[in-house]
Amino acid sequence: MIWQLDLAILTLLIVCAVAAISVKDLLATAILFGAYSFMMCLLWSIMAAVDVAFTEASVGAGVSTVFFVAAVFRTTRRTKD
Amino acid sequence: MKRLALIIVILSGGLLLYATKDFPSWGDPTSPASTHVSPRYLKKSLEETRVPNVVTSILADYRGYDTMFETTVIFCAGVACFMLLRTFEKRETDHYYRHVPTGITIHIKGQREIPIESKEFEKIDAIWTPYDLIINTVSRFLVPFIQLFALYVIAHGHHSPGGGFQGGVILGASMIVLAIAFNLRTAVRRLGERIDSIMSALGVFIYSGIGALCVLLGANFLDYKALAQILPIDRVAARSDGILGVEIGVGIAVMAVMICVYNNVASEGRYDEGL
Repeated sequence: MIWQLDLAILTLLIVCAVAAISVKDLLATAILFGAYSFMMCLLWSIMAAVDVAFTEASVGAGVSTVFFVAAVFRTTRRTKD
Repeated sequence: MKRLALIIVILSGGLLLYATKDFPSWGDPTSPASTHVSPRYLKKSLEETRVPNVVTSILADYRGYDTMFETTVIFCAGVACFMLLRTFEKRETDHYYRHVPTGITIHIKGQREIPIESKEFEKIDAIWTPYDLIINTVSRFLVPFIQLFALYVIAHGHHSPGGGFQGGVILGASMIVLAIAFNLRTAVRRLGERIDSIMSALGVFIYSGIGALCVLLGANFLDYKALAQILPIDRVAARSDGILGVEIGVGIAVMAVMICVYNNVASEGRYDEGL
């Protein structure tokens, strides 16, 4: 485990997580959530949990992003709060 | 109120961070998790099940009961999505058609429709994005390879990362790519709602059916060793093949549920116009 790489991914993870709940545009939130999942996938593969990383990449970063985009498309793009 | 919520969140987050100090450190060989049952699985998995990927053998064989109910949870998610979103009312908007030989767009007001069987006219979405040659060709070219990769992931889960869940999600994603690149009707024509619903139940049925078959052959539920009585293989290979069987069931269920959820969410449960 390379600690510089680990630190960089963890920082990006936290940036994505904070951005995803503070951004007003819900489409941007969906994409940020996908980026968050992808960072999580990298972390899993650094920790040698390849099966979990694969699931995270396919479910978290792939299909759930599509579901969120579809839901935003059918509801509203801006949050009320 | 918002500030109070922030303080509570920071406090509980700090407590959680403080509590993680008591966890064993990452990859610690003396931690309870790696001294109690893990060594037994790591040592015995290959000779008992002939599956090199220990994760697969634990998920589908030693802890097969858990995975069966995970598949049931996925199935329930699909059923819930169907029950919440699916409507059978006609959308009270105008219809748009494209005359295929000339490319003229026709706008019909009110409830009237051109019959679907008409070859001359093609129904188009109300928010119609023009036909894009690059996107359509690339997706048409890519979808078979995505599906082939998904089948590889399902069938090769014994040796490499992957298995039913991941392969099923990729299979479902290939149909979603088709629905996004063309339109929802094209994807629904390929895999209809009725077949999709049957497949989501069939996946769970395959999984629990293999378990019940083991009971009928005189062993415990999901004890794949018993399958050696009806298959021309020994008891160890029967466990490996039983894992493959349940992975196929999981793959079918997950694929069907992903497509069902996407179709319902993207078309507001009407199955006419997608993303």
